[in-house]
Amino acid sequence: MAAPAFDGLTVGDMVAERSFALTRDSLVRYAGASGDFNPIHYRDDVAHEVGLPGVLAHGMLTMGFAVQPVVDWAEDPGRIVDYQVRFTRPVVVHPKLGAVVQVVAKVGQLDADARVARVDLTVKVGDETVLGKAQVRVALD
Amino acid sequence: MNPELQGRVFPPTEPYLVGREKVREFARAVFATNPINLDPEAARAAGYDDVVAPPTFAVVVQEQTLAQLLAEPDSGIDFSRVVHGDQRFTSTRPIVAGDLLTATLTVSSVKTLGAHSMVTAESSIADAAGEHVVTAISTLVVRGED
Repeated sequence: MAAPAFDGLTVGDMVAERSFALTRDSLVRYAGASGDFNPIHYRDDVAHEVGLPGVLAHGMLTMGFAVQPVVDWAEDPGRIVDYQVRFTRPVVVHPKLGAVVQVVAKVGQLDADARVARVDLTVKVGDETVLGKAQVRVALD
Repeated sequence: MNPELQGRVFPPTEPYLVGREKVREFARAVFATNPINLDPEAARAAGYDDVVAPPTFAVVVQEQTLAQLLAEPDSGIDFSRVVHGDQRFTSTRPIVAGDLLTATLTVSSVKTLGAHSMVTAESSIADAAGEHVVTAISTLVVRGED
């Protein structure tokens, strides 16, 4: 394991980029794994009844995968010491076409005393940001 | 929403035993590819006792505390109007398969903004030894009548 060295980082560095292709299957899988069985995440009729444009991805699913490129960069999930997001816009998952979520991770701030890098995520579907203030704090050597 | 909820501390949840297969199932569901999340040998090579849960796994344990909040008879929260606003996890150490976790909920703030209310719920999760593992903080927005 060769985790990234804190001293080699500069604010603004892009550390990871990945896109995630979500399907309805992804939502059912997450529902089972997390125990969140709210039907707006798998039933079109219920989603429409409550005024939504369609079935939505769980916000916690989007939060859950958006950090994965940073975990891979850090090479150890245990280095993630803090992670926060704001849910700004729902991700609508079309029954046939699904949805594609793009994640870009850049160094936002460096705390030299704690040797913690704050990595800021940009999480979008097309041109629309779906997670705001998405920040991951990574403890490095 | 009942403003007197602010500051209320709930009883600890029943202990939750983190299973290896549950961690792997959750890891696959969030598209995790790091072997430390999936392979016990890779996790041991990295110094852990077993597979390490992804950073958002604590939501599974936190969920029990949010159920306590929504079931509180005087909360005044209409679940059908609740939208998840913000989420944060602040860890002392990662969750590892084999952990026995207990969560204690504190309602840290209740605010009203026009027709909407916002409640911030902090769930402090500790292991069997009583040591802090992670705090999960959710801000829930309760939309007012349209």
